[in-house]
Order: sequence, then structure tokens, then C-alpha cells
Amino acid sequence: MDSNKLVKMANDIAAFFEAEPDPAACSAGIGGHIGRFWDPRMRRALFRHLDEHGGEGLRDSVVRALSAHREALLTKG
Amino acid sequence: MYSTQEPDAGTPLRVSQQLVTLQIDGVPVTVPAGTSVMRAAFDAGVRVPKLCATDHLEAFGSCRLCLVEIEGRRGFPASCTTPVEAGMKVTTQSDKLAKLRRNTMELYISDHPLDCLTCPANGNCELQDMAGVVGLREVRYGSEGENHLVGTKDTSNPYFSFDPTKCIVCSRCVRACEEVQGTFALTVEGRGFQSKIAPGPTGFVESECVSCGACVQACPTATLMEKSITEMGQPDHAVVTTCAYCGVGCSFRAEMKGSQVVRMVPNKNGQANHGHSCVKGRFAWGYATHPDRLKHPMIRAKITDPWRVVSWEEALRYAAGEFRRIQEKHGRGSVGGITSSRCTNEETYLVQKLVRAAFGNNNVDTCARVCHSPTGYGLKATLGESAGTQNFDSVDAADVILVIGANPTDAHPVFASRMKRRLRQGARLIVVDPRRIDLVRQPHVEAEFHLALRPGTNVAVLNALAHVIVAEGLAKDDYVGQRCDQPEFETWRRFILQPRNSPEALEEATGVPAERIRGAARLYATGGNAAIYYGLGVTEHSQGSTTVMAIANLAMLTGNVGRPGVGVNPLRGQNNVQGSCDMGSFPHELPGYRHVSDPTVRELFSTTWGVPIDPEPGLRIPNMFDAAIDGSFKGLYVQGEDIAQSDPDTRHVSHALESLECLVVQDIFLNETAKFAHVLLPGSSFLEKDGTFTNAERRISRVRKVMPPLAGYADWQVTLELAKALGYPMHYEHPSQIMDEIAALTPTFAGVSYERLERLGSIQWPCNAKAPEGTPVMHVEAFVRGKGRFVVTEYVPTSERTTRKFPLILTTGRILSQYNVGAQTRRTHNAVWHEGDRLELHPHDAENRGIRDGDWVSVRSRAGETTLRAQVTERMQPGIVYTTFHHPESGANVVTTDNSDWATNCPEYKVTAVEVTPTATPSAWQEQFQRFSEAQAGLMPQR
Repeated sequence: MDSNKLVKMANDIAAFFEAEPDPAACSAGIGGHIGRFWDPRMRRALFRHLDEHGGEGLRDSVVRALSAHREALLTKG
Repeated sequence: MYSTQEPDAGTPLRVSQQLVTLQIDGVPVTVPAGTSVMRAAFDAGVRVPKLCATDHLEAFGSCRLCLVEIEGRRGFPASCTTPVEAGMKVTTQSDKLAKLRRNTMELYISDHPLDCLTCPANGNCELQDMAGVVGLREVRYGSEGENHLVGTKDTSNPYFSFDPTKCIVCSRCVRACEEVQGTFALTVEGRGFQSKIAPGPTGFVESECVSCGACVQACPTATLMEKSITEMGQPDHAVVTTCAYCGVGCSFRAEMKGSQVVRMVPNKNGQANHGHSCVKGRFAWGYATHPDRLKHPMIRAKITDPWRVVSWEEALRYAAGEFRRIQEKHGRGSVGGITSSRCTNEETYLVQKLVRAAFGNNNVDTCARVCHSPTGYGLKATLGESAGTQNFDSVDAADVILVIGANPTDAHPVFASRMKRRLRQGARLIVVDPRRIDLVRQPHVEAEFHLALRPGTNVAVLNALAHVIVAEGLAKDDYVGQRCDQPEFETWRRFILQPRNSPEALEEATGVPAERIRGAARLYATGGNAAIYYGLGVTEHSQGSTTVMAIANLAMLTGNVGRPGVGVNPLRGQNNVQGSCDMGSFPHELPGYRHVSDPTVRELFSTTWGVPIDPEPGLRIPNMFDAAIDGSFKGLYVQGEDIAQSDPDTRHVSHALESLECLVVQDIFLNETAKFAHVLLPGSSFLEKDGTFTNAERRISRVRKVMPPLAGYADWQVTLELAKALGYPMHYEHPSQIMDEIAALTPTFAGVSYERLERLGSIQWPCNAKAPEGTPVMHVEAFVRGKGRFVVTEYVPTSERTTRKFPLILTTGRILSQYNVGAQTRRTHNAVWHEGDRLELHPHDAENRGIRDGDWVSVRSRAGETTLRAQVTERMQPGIVYTTFHHPESGANVVTTDNSDWATNCPEYKVTAVEVTPTATPSAWQEQFQRFSEAQAGLMPQR
């Protein structure tokens, strides 16, 4: 999967949930949305980008969410 | 002409708590107050002769045929215009009345051609019938004097003719155009004997007429006559079915001769359309028997190979073999399917079942991905159900109508007529749209507020509206307190009250003067029942889902959900887009919008289907394209969608389709997607199968087979055979059995069956033990999710920005005469009104670029370039251009980008930064498209 596109999609999701005043809820919102709507191969590709390229281009809130929900987002898929 | 098989009560039904009892020819009858004597007589089983009256139109009282005697009254009042009174004693037949009626008929016939035997209305002519009813036996007045027996027939409209020599000037056509359609295209020119019906100063096709057919239907003679009746004669039977065009889902009577359609007539008892129609449903059905229809299955190994006609068995065996080969080599998730919003509920259910049960994954999606997927997400998140809240009839009780991102007069014309009627009755209108759409100002309809925002700023405008309502204390606090989640509301309230959400702060972004937003907010909040209607101008944005949630916020804030006249009403695009979503076409949801991760739901389906259900969401359509290009997705089964034309960034889509090892396309035509296919399975039109469609108001209506499938199988049967070839046989003999399974597995459909549909005509889901006859208005006592949820809707500008290189914003849409990718309507006479897509732009932008109306122009974006003809029009605002996507060679989607809604990946069709320049040549893409299309045509078997 095109990591640039996945980064943009993840950032767009984050831009919505960042309106959430509670950081934990924001993180849960981003992680939950990706978990509920992304095919596992997309999630794996995003984590590859995070791990191999230091999450280049990802908003901080996405990086935080991926880190916080890594297990749930990867083990399911 | 109305169908002779449908009784006509003469004047419209009146609804009143007060009942009135009177006597008609000595028979007591009780009717609602306000009913006409004519209709009361009809209820008593007495048919009073009539010509100018019909139950679709308000009484006019001009023909003098429906005279009656009323005890105690002088003269002979017209029964159509005389309201009933308690104790009234009416006589409908007497020697005096008979003589008066005969004399009246004699005058009519003395100026009417006596060519009944060769007249196309013969067999269904009210004038002829009334001559018989009144016993006309001679006409004493010759035709030597001044008369109307010579005239020129207007045949300019492709679907109907106007023969003034047969006109009796009853004004039914004029009144139908006004009252039913609301276009006011027809008029009575001249006075007295010189009176004649005219569509203005031109012929019909050049006039304001929108060819809805209401005038033709209303005409009691052969004056306005369908050309198909003239050519084929009167039908011999009729079958009630549902239109296959837009999301209004009009009920039609397919009037037939054997298995040949003679005409489609809107069904008076249709609960979505109440006897009205538009040019597409009424007339544009000829595509069903067009010579381009695919009639034989075909296969090929590569898309550069010639097509080979094969048997159904070989085609299905080849397709199944390829899908299994790909899965063995590339994994279970390497194949998927796309269900069709033009196919029936039962057919979409089967395709998603095939993907989930036979492919063993959730890689299934539908065209709602590119239109209303944000509606599903946004309404579920806020109200608890992925559907509109009202029925169409609800608009009759609306006091304020807010139309945002929708152009109903073009895209949902039958509902638009209904809305315009309510507006003429006094409802007030707010339009939020970058274009000056027809609703903004037209005869007897004018928007009080037109918020001509910049594309991409819907959320900002909605936030500003909500800000004003809260800041000025116009919210319905009791409603919110009682029915909505309070902590969520308080969070949202703090957000919306922030100064950055004020109309003044957002004015620069939206381009809408703050005072106008304040005025619209006050009207919406305080004008009585306020209803929001929205379309793809809301959903097809990077913030599409956020906009839907902002709409729901606004409706909850003002207490405008849960009763007639209010609500949140998505105007769905395709005929069965609501149904295809309901049926589990999304990769994350099983039928009834239940997430695949829910073990209880999975257990229910896996028990019934006999296979495990994948707990992970599958690929959405744009993700399928990306996965095809990266090599992890290799096989796709597409039923009745044309993703190569309808989806954005055409070059990207083409690349994805070229990357597939097996593309199976099931369609009625060789559409753009089929040019990339390896297997072609001929589809069946809506006339060739049984099933159901679900329209934008959640109304499930029957689709009935009126002719055999041209290629031998209905679409649902083809899917069954493909599933069988894949080793997963499904056992259904009739679509009713599929619906029984849907009902057994889906709580909102629990009470739906073909037997109940037959009895009730149609059903709005939820239909279950609690609501056995369906649910016209949702969220009445409480929201489906319990407490309504206010969601914080931060305005996030789209990343698609104008620059010096791309200074204009392109937004796309559709027009009245064409439908979606045009595969159906382009193969009808509707091409008369729209032979090609145009680029609309403001005179200022045109002048700056040296562009004149009709010039060829290049439209260039970051994604691609195409060439279109320019249409210079002030309906556009400076800086914004517009086009449609009905013709593949136009390449509108070559220009659109892959930007999409954050929540659903619904493409941002409505905002593309472009530059427009004069040109004399097609774009490189268009030249390549031409070559590819010609090459593909050369690979088809010779006819």
C-alpha cells in the first residue's frame, strides 16, 4: 500500500479527533477508527512506515495513537 | 392520459377530522369536510360525467359536464367545485341534466376531429368515453364555420406530441404543469374562442418544459400523446414496479403489450411519488432493449485479447477458477466484490454474501462509497441509524426548508416538485450551495437566504449557524436536555460558542456575509418545523462525515428531529443506494449496519451461512485500487457499477484495473469498467427481474418482472451460479426467499416479506414487531442510539487548495436529463437535452481567459487534464467552475483527485483546484481514451 496515502488518511482522521479535548479520548478515537475501518494490510503497512521510517509525515497524535493501540491494531489483523 | 384501468375520483382527497353526511341520488354517504360533491358521488359509487376534473388537480369547473341538481339550490352547480354540506341532497341524473350534458358535449365534438378509429387515444379517450356516457347521437353544428380543426402538430419533444386540433382547452395540462410539477411552462394563450394551449413562444422541446409527463398524463384527449402509444397502440395489461433511476424510487405502472413496454405511467397509489414522474422514469426506459445490450457471456485471458462468446457454464467456471487460483497464490484477501446500487436488495445481499461466505473475506463495497457513505457514518454516530429520519410526505408539514449541497430539481425531480408545492404554500427556503441552483429563484419559489459558500466550507457554515443559535439563545434547551447526552452536549456547546465559530470569524473562509448566516440561523431555529435536505454537496468532501454530523447537531439543537415536517433528510443518489448499504455492502458491516467485529452478529450469520465470518474489515473501493496497484489485490467481481467512469482520478483507477488478473463485470452494457474485464456476464435491467429497491426515505418497494431477461438470467440467478461454481451453493428459487433470509437475520427488516409488501404497497424500515407496518418517521420517542450525541465538528480546510497555477475550484454534479454515468440515459432520446458535458463558468472568469460560450477549454488539475466545451453562466460565482460526469469521453474524473472524506474515503469530488484555458485540441488523456475505446470495440465479437 502506498504509505504516503496511508499517512494522509491517518492524518485526516487525526485532524477530526484532535478536536477532542481529552488526549486519551483523541488517541482512542484515532486508534479505534483505524481499527474499525481499515483492512489489516493497511494497518500493517502504516505500522511498517512508523517502524521503518520513524512515522515520517504522521501527526504526533497519530504516532501516539498507534503506539498506544499497537497491539490491538496489529494482533487482530 | 391516465390509465383507463385506474379509477379517477375527479377531485383530490380531503383530510379532515370533521365528517359530513349527505345524500347522492338518495344514497347516504359520509365524507371528510371539504370534499367535493363529485368525489362524494364517486365514494357512493356514482360516476358524474367530467372532462376538466381529475383527482390529481384542484377542481377548475370549466367543462360544464359535471353539473348536478342540489335540492333547495337554483341552477345546476358544477359538482367538482361544490363542496359537500351536511344534509345536502344531490341528484346526478335527470332529464334536464342529461340534455345539458348532451348539449355541452355536442359543442365540444362540433370542433373536434372525428377520426376516432385512427386516433392514438382510441381505447383510452375520456372525450370519447364522455360522448358515450351522455348519449351523444348527433352533432347539429357543421364544421364549416370557424373552428380549430386545422393546426400543426408539435413533434419536437422526443417522447410526446402536441396536436392542437384535438385540444378542448380543459387546462388540465396547464394545471398539471403548475400544481403537480411546479414548472409553469404551459399557458392558455388568447381569450374566448382564440384560447389555445402553448408552451410559451417556442415549440415544446425549446420551451421551459422539463418533460415530466404530467401534462401528457392529464390530457383527456389525444392532444398530448406519448409517441410510443402512437407507434404501438394501447397497452393490454399493466404491472406495478419501481423506477430504476434516482433515490426517490417512484412507483410506476409498466403498461405492456405482451412482454413489450408500451409506456411507463407513474402510479397514483405510489407512496413515494403519488402519481408524479420525471423525464427519466417516465420516458427514458428505451435503454432496456437497446441494441448495445450484452446478451452473451464472454471471456478473455488478457484485456488485449479479443472477447470469446462462451456458454454461461464456461464463463462462470472460468471466473470461479480464476478467483480460486488467485486466492491460492495471493491469499484469501486478494479478491473481492462490488455490489450495485442499481440492482435489487436481494441481489446486493447475495453479492456480499458471496464475498463473505465464498471468498471468505470482507472485501465488499458499493457505490455508496463514492456518494453517501458519510451519511451512514455521520447519522449513525449522532442519531444511531444510518438513514434519513423522515418520509417524503413529511415535507408537507415543513415550515422552513434548508437545502444544502443538493440540487433536487435536477437530481431528485419528483421530490423537488413536492418541495416546491410546499414552498408555494408558504414554507420558507434556505439554500446553501456555491451555485445559484434553480431552487434559489424560479416561478413562485424564491430562497429567503442563499448562502453561496465557497466549496469545501460546509462545516464552517454549519458551525456558524449553530453558533448563532446557541449564542442568541434560540436552542430548544428542553428538547436537548431531555433527549440528548448532556456531557457530550456541554463539550460541544463550549466548542461551538468559541468566537472562531462565529459567522464573522468564518466569513473570510466561507465567503458568506455574516449577517446572512445570522438571518438564516434565526429563521431555521424559530420558523416552525424546520427540515434539512442534503445531497452529495455535503458528503463528497474531505469533511463529508463531519458535515453530516454538523447537520445532525443543528437538527437536535433546535428540536427538529422526531416528528413530521422536520428531520435530517439525505437525498440519495441511485435508486437503491440506501438498500445496498442496508444489505451489508460495506466492508466493515454485515446487513443492518452491524460491525463485523461483533462476535454475536458474526455467530448469527456464520450459523445461517455455514461458514465462519472474517472479523476484520475488508478493503473499501479506493483501498482496493491501491491494493491492486501494490499487488495484494488481484481479482474483482463488479455487479452493475462503472467504477472506471464514476470514481475519481481516472488514471489511477485505470492503472488499478489493468493490474488485476481477473476482473469479472456483470452489466447490461459494455461500460468503461468492462473494457478492463476478463469475464463479461450479461446483466438484467429492472424490467427483467423480481426484487425490491429501498429509496431515500427507507421505503422498500417491489420491483416486478415484466419481461424475460434478455440474456436468460436475472442478476440474482447469475450470482447464485457463480457462488455454486465457487463451491458455495446457495439455494433460493425466488427473490422472496432471499428477503425471508434477510428478514430473519436483520432486526430492522424482521417484519418485511413479499406478502406484506403486496398487502401494504411498500414498507419503510424499521419494520418489526414494534412497527409491523414500518416507520415513516424515526426517533419519535427517543433516538435509536438512546441519547442523541452532539459531536464536536471542527472545521478543517481541505488540503486541496487553489494556487496561482490552479486558481479556480471545480465542483461536479448532475443534470435532470442524465443519470449518473449515463450508461442508461445516453442510450435514450434524453441526449436531445444533453449531448455532452459542459464546463460552467462565470462570465468574469471567462472574460479573463478569453473564453466565449461554446468554446473548447482545457480543464487542468494536479491529477489530470481534459477538454470540454464552455458554458458561460451567471449561476456560477466567480472563481468556481462546474461540470457533470455523464459522458465518459468528457473525462471529468480525470481531473478530480483522490482526496477523500477522513472517515469513509468518500472522494472529494466537489473541490478540485483547476485552471481553465482555451484550447483547440482534446487532452492527451482523451486521445488515449479514444484509442483504447476503439481498440476495445474492435475486440468485441461482430454482431
